[in-house]
Amino acid sequence: MLDDLTDAERKALAQCRHAILGVDRPLRLDCGVNLGPYRVAYQTYGTLNADKSNAVLVCHPLTCDQFVADRHPVTGKDGWWESLIGAGKVLDPARYFIICINVLGHCMGTTGPQAHDPATGQAWNLRFPVVTIGDMVRAQAALLDHLGIPDLFCVIGGSMGGMQVLEWAASYPRRVFSAVPIACAAHHSAQNIAFHEVGRQAIMADPEWKGGDYRLHQTNPARGLAVARMTAHITYLSEQALQRKFGRALQNRDALGFGFDADFQVESYLRHQGSTFVDRFDANSYLYITRAMDYFDLAGAHGDVLANAFRGTATRFCLMSFTSDWLFPTRETRAVVHALNAVAANVSFVEVDSDKGHDAFLLDEPEMFRTLSGFLKGAATVRGLGSVS
Amino acid sequence: MAAPIRVDLQLIADMVEPGTRALDVGCGDGALLAHLMNAKRVDARGMELSQAGVNACVANGLSVIQGDADTDLRDYPDAAFDYVILSQTLQATREPRRVLEQMLRVGKHAIVSFPNFAHWQVRLRLVFGGRMPETASLPYKWYDTPNIHLCSIDDFRALCRTMGVRIERAIVLNSKSRRITLPPLLANLIGEQAVFMLRRD
Repeated sequence: MLDDLTDAERKALAQCRHAILGVDRPLRLDCGVNLGPYRVAYQTYGTLNADKSNAVLVCHPLTCDQFVADRHPVTGKDGWWESLIGAGKVLDPARYFIICINVLGHCMGTTGPQAHDPATGQAWNLRFPVVTIGDMVRAQAALLDHLGIPDLFCVIGGSMGGMQVLEWAASYPRRVFSAVPIACAAHHSAQNIAFHEVGRQAIMADPEWKGGDYRLHQTNPARGLAVARMTAHITYLSEQALQRKFGRALQNRDALGFGFDADFQVESYLRHQGSTFVDRFDANSYLYITRAMDYFDLAGAHGDVLANAFRGTATRFCLMSFTSDWLFPTRETRAVVHALNAVAANVSFVEVDSDKGHDAFLLDEPEMFRTLSGFLKGAATVRGLGSVS
Repeated sequence: MAAPIRVDLQLIADMVEPGTRALDVGCGDGALLAHLMNAKRVDARGMELSQAGVNACVANGLSVIQGDADTDLRDYPDAAFDYVILSQTLQATREPRRVLEQMLRVGKHAIVSFPNFAHWQVRLRLVFGGRMPETASLPYKWYDTPNIHLCSIDDFRALCRTMGVRIERAIVLNSKSRRITLPPLLANLIGEQAVFMLRRD
């Protein structure tokens, strides 16, 4: 299976672990397709303790990957959640065995549309089956089986990562001791789907996309993917954050250019976000992963009653939202809290005051760290993980 | 062992059997929750109106959500807890009777503490001072008080009768937070606050 790698995947797999799963028993996807064998790329930090009780699964959001706390093999940048994970941080590898798994359909080593269909030997591209958040989580559970990890002390993630956390808690309640879904929702709203559709249309409108077969034609739908990223990036920021950061400031000029160059700093910033994104992300993967988020509807999967997804749960929950997040506003988190109350689950909920928008969960938010630290301390005590030094 | 807590909270804690499930509505800084968890191994959860209070509780490892006693008890299923606790908050709710009904639905027992508006100091201040009473347990001006449904101990007993609720325990404290045992008429005069444990009959 290692002969069909992109450059980014080759670099990624050289820096992380991977497993080939689904050889004997393929993964049954929600769309009805049996997928197997498939590759799962993952990164770990710290050591699993003797009674296997200290495993923490970090679920990554749409455009991040398994390199949560080390230098990225493609961009050379720091891990995307190093504010949270590391020596002396809230999630300290000296104490926890931290796993982050590249999700199914992604492009950093785990099987996705760029992989080859074992049946035909050809790249899947758009013939890759549409995967769901549930499929991603089942693949993660299969990896944990493979690694001999019976259950997780904590599953944590923001945005799409938070959706995976909710799915984990609903599908594998006995394997999740505590769950921390941050800045997410139990379903994708019409507005969320709408923004994703704009992104997908931008990719598919790029003439170099070639119906998804761009590698075959040796083309690159980089412009379409960049526009998709630019659109999405706006949704990750609050209006206040954009205004504070850029206002109407001009980029490298004293007066308007009366043309369509990036006159404004905000334009230049978005163009930069778009152009750097295409180096590390695959256009088809972007279609598949955004689709998975659009399809996510936890209540819909449980008779339209969200509480049914959590009935009988013994998992300890800590939910967090941010006041200026308009992509996953607090009311969405509150709906999950109401559902958890309806089954008398053990739940904490904190709304963090921040003007940084959806991206706040990736940034330095002391209130979020304090909340997490307290929640994990309480959960660790109940789990018998010993006191935090 | 656990640090000492306020006398009225200690009285409430004493009513809770070890190893049970409790919901503290209006849990404030979480002092009672922490005590119930640490000293009595209670599976204790909290609900608090102020976000700052919630954040502080969760940062201390307590299970607390932001919520309103008037509206958010509805979410919980019947008999989800052994005890639902409301300390010094009933008088600040919009619909105290509804809140009590919800507490008795969600919990097998309800524990309620409240300041007694018929305390002799309150009576004196109103009768002879001619002003809205301000006391140690009611330290607000009339225009900024959160206490919109004050009652006396006898008022509360009357409501329990009307609702057909059984009073399992009733403890009355004087202004020095000492327990007093007096006939109801005198208790309603000398008592500065009261703690009741109720259950549906």
